[in-house]
Amino acid sequence: MTATTQQVRGQAQVQSHVIACLVENKPGVLYEVANMFRRRNFNIDSISVGAVEQSDMARMTIAVKGDEWTIEQVIKQLNKLIDVVKVNELDSHDAVIREMALVKVHTADSNARTEVIQYTGIFRGQIIDVAPDSLIIEVTGDSDKIDAFIELTRHFGLKEIARTGITALARGGKAIRE
Amino acid sequence: MTKKMNGAKAIEESLKKQGVKEVFGIPGGSTLPLYDVFYDSEIRHILVHHEQCAAHMADGYARASGKPGVCVATSGPGATNLVTGVATAYMDSSPVVAITGQVTRPMIGRDGFQEADIVGIMTPITKYAFQARSAAEIPDIFKKAFHIATTGRPAPVIIDVPKDVMTDEAEMDFDVPVVIRGYNPNIDPHPVQVKRATEMLVNSERPMMLVGGGAILSGASPEVLALAEHLQMPVGTSLMGKGAFPETHPLSLGVVGMHGTIEANKLILEADVLLTVGCRFSDRTTGKIDQFCPDAKIIHVDVDSAEIGKNAKVDLPIVADAKKTLTQINAQVLERLAKRMDSIWAKRITEIRDQFKPKNDNHIEGPYLRPKDVLTELRKALPPNAIVATEVGQNQSWGGLYYPALLPRTYMTSGGLGTMGFGFPAALGAKVARPDVPVADIAGDGSFTMTEQDLATSVNEHIPVIVVVLNNSVLGMIAQWQRLFYNRRYSGMDLKGVPDFVKLADAYGADGVRIGSLAEFSSVVRKAIGSDVTTVIDVPISPEENVFPMVPSGSALKEMILE
Repeated sequence: MTATTQQVRGQAQVQSHVIACLVENKPGVLYEVANMFRRRNFNIDSISVGAVEQSDMARMTIAVKGDEWTIEQVIKQLNKLIDVVKVNELDSHDAVIREMALVKVHTADSNARTEVIQYTGIFRGQIIDVAPDSLIIEVTGDSDKIDAFIELTRHFGLKEIARTGITALARGGKAIRE
Repeated sequence: MTKKMNGAKAIEESLKKQGVKEVFGIPGGSTLPLYDVFYDSEIRHILVHHEQCAAHMADGYARASGKPGVCVATSGPGATNLVTGVATAYMDSSPVVAITGQVTRPMIGRDGFQEADIVGIMTPITKYAFQARSAAEIPDIFKKAFHIATTGRPAPVIIDVPKDVMTDEAEMDFDVPVVIRGYNPNIDPHPVQVKRATEMLVNSERPMMLVGGGAILSGASPEVLALAEHLQMPVGTSLMGKGAFPETHPLSLGVVGMHGTIEANKLILEADVLLTVGCRFSDRTTGKIDQFCPDAKIIHVDVDSAEIGKNAKVDLPIVADAKKTLTQINAQVLERLAKRMDSIWAKRITEIRDQFKPKNDNHIEGPYLRPKDVLTELRKALPPNAIVATEVGQNQSWGGLYYPALLPRTYMTSGGLGTMGFGFPAALGAKVARPDVPVADIAGDGSFTMTEQDLATSVNEHIPVIVVVLNNSVLGMIAQWQRLFYNRRYSGMDLKGVPDFVKLADAYGADGVRIGSLAEFSSVVRKAIGSDVTTVIDVPISPEENVFPMVPSGSALKEMILE
C-alpha cells in the first residue's frame, strides 16, 4: 500500500461485509455492478441475484472483503450507479445470512455411506440424489457451516460442489425498500 | 398525445425538444436512416473527419456553453473511435451525449460487419449507457439520457440505437415524465454542515480556497469571488478550475499542483483551513497527499458523494451543489464578520512572490521564442472573453502557468485523462457554441498532429479558430522527464520538425504562418481574430525548454523544483 492510500485509509483492517442492493430488473445491470467492482479494484467474494416482491426490481446480495475505506467506497460507488435503487450494508450480527451448497460425495462402501448420512443429519442437510457410489447432499446455513460440512466430507472424496453464494435479510421489521 | 414516426425521426424530434441545434458526427451504414432525417432537418450536422474529434467537439461545445454537446457515430469502428473522446469528457465531468448506430437487433451478438459491443465498452467511461430495444422507447431514453448527463455531476451518456430500431415505426409519446428511481442527486447542502463550515472559516487565521472544475460547472464563480474578497482568502485552482476565479485578481494564486505556481504550492502549506470547492484532489493537484496541506482542516464541497474521502481525508464534507453551498456560507459569513479590508495572511502572496522570484529567467539563446512570452502576448492579444483550449504536455502546463484565465468557461483542458489531441477539436466545438468570441488552441507540435485532420472540418464547416503551435520538434514533456529523471537518455521523443505546419495548413485551405518574433506573433494573432478561416501559427521554441516549477510525480508539494 502506498503512503497515499495509507493516509486516507488510516489503520486498515480487512473484514467481511454483506451488502444488499435493490436494482432495476433489466438486462445489463449485473454487468454494470460487476464492472464497477472490477474497475475500482474491489473484490467480490460472492454475489447472488434474485427476484423480489416487485417484479421490476431484483435484489443483489454481495459479499465483499475490505477495510473501512474500501467498504465506504463500495457503497458510494454502488449508490452512484443509475440502475442501483437502494444500497444497504447488513450488520452480520443483526441479519440472517444463508448460503446453500449442493455437495456430491463419493461413497465407496456402505460404511462411508452411513457416515455421510450421519453428518448430513447433524448438519440438518438433505440427501437429494442417491447413486450406487455417490450421494448429493443439500446443506443450507451460513458460509462457515457449509465450509465445515465440506471439510468433514472431504476425505470421502468430493466429486463436485456447487455453492450459491450468500443471500441475506436484516432481522426484525426493517426492510430495504425503494 | 402520441405521434407516429420512425425511430430515426424520433431521435431528431427528441434532440430538438432538448434544444439541440448542432451535432458533430460522421455517417456510416448503421446510421443512414438518421442521416436521411438530417437531410432536411433544422439541426445542423457538422461533418468531422474522425469520430474522436466528434466527441471532443461535443465536449468543447459543452464546456464553452454549459449545454450538452451531442456527437454521432456509426456502429463498430465509428463507435469505438469515440472512446477516447468520451473517456476524456467523463474524467472532466462534461455533459456529452453520444449517439451510436448499431447492427440490427437480429444481428446483435453474431459478430457481423461493423458490430462492436459499445454498451459494454462504454459502461466504465459513461454515467450511463443506453441501448434502444424498440422504436417506441426512444423518446423516453433520450429524455433520460439528457437528464442524467446534465444533472448532479455532469458526465457523458451514450445511446446505442440498432439500425432497425431507427427504421421501425411506432406511436411516439414525447410527454412521458422522466422517472429514474435510482438517480436522485442531492444538490442542497445540509444546514448543519453549512453552519460548521462557516464556523471554521470565520475562526480561521489563514483560510485558503481550492477551486476545481465543479465550481465552473455549477456556475459558482460569483460566490467564490464574494467569499474570497469578504475573508481576504487567497484562491488557488486545480487545472480544471482555471477560469473559476479571475487569475489577475490580487487574491489569485493560480494553479496548485505538479506545475502549479510557487505562491500556490507554498501558501497551501501554511493554510489552516482549506475550503475545497468542486475539486476531487487528483494526484496532479495534491502531489503526495499526506503532505498536501499539513496544517489545514479541509472542507470539501462536492456534488458527488463518492468523491468525499476517496483521495483525501476531509474534516468537513458537504455533498451538494457548489453554488448553493457557497451562497449559504456567504450569507452566514456576512452575518458573522464584517468584510476584511486588509489581511496579513493575504500579504503572504506577494511576500512569497518576491521571495521566490526566479534569479535567472531561464532564457535559452537561439532562434527561439519563450513559451512564457508567447502566452503572455496571447493573453494581451485576446479579449477577456476569448476561449482557450490546450493540448496535453508542456503546452498544457505552460498554459496553466502563463495564460491567465479571467472568466469561467473560457479555459478548457483535458485535466483528468490528459488526452493529446483534445485541444484543437475542443476549440472547434467551443467556437460552434460561441461564434461571437475568438477561440484559440494552445498546442504543441506533438499533440496537434494527433487530430490535425480536422483542419478539414474547420475549413469546410467555416469554424475559424487560432492554433498556436509551440513547436519544439520534440515531445516536450517526455524530453523534460528524460532530461530530469532519465539522465538525458532521450527515447522516442524526436519529431524531427515534421510536418511543415505552414504547408499543412495550406493543404487544407487554412492559413499557416511561421513567426520569428514576439511582435510578429502578436500581429498574426490580432489578424487571425478577424479571419474567417483557421490560422495555424508555427512558433519555434527550444527543445531544451523545461516547465518550472515542477513537483516530481509522487513527491510532496514542498519538494517543488523551481528552476
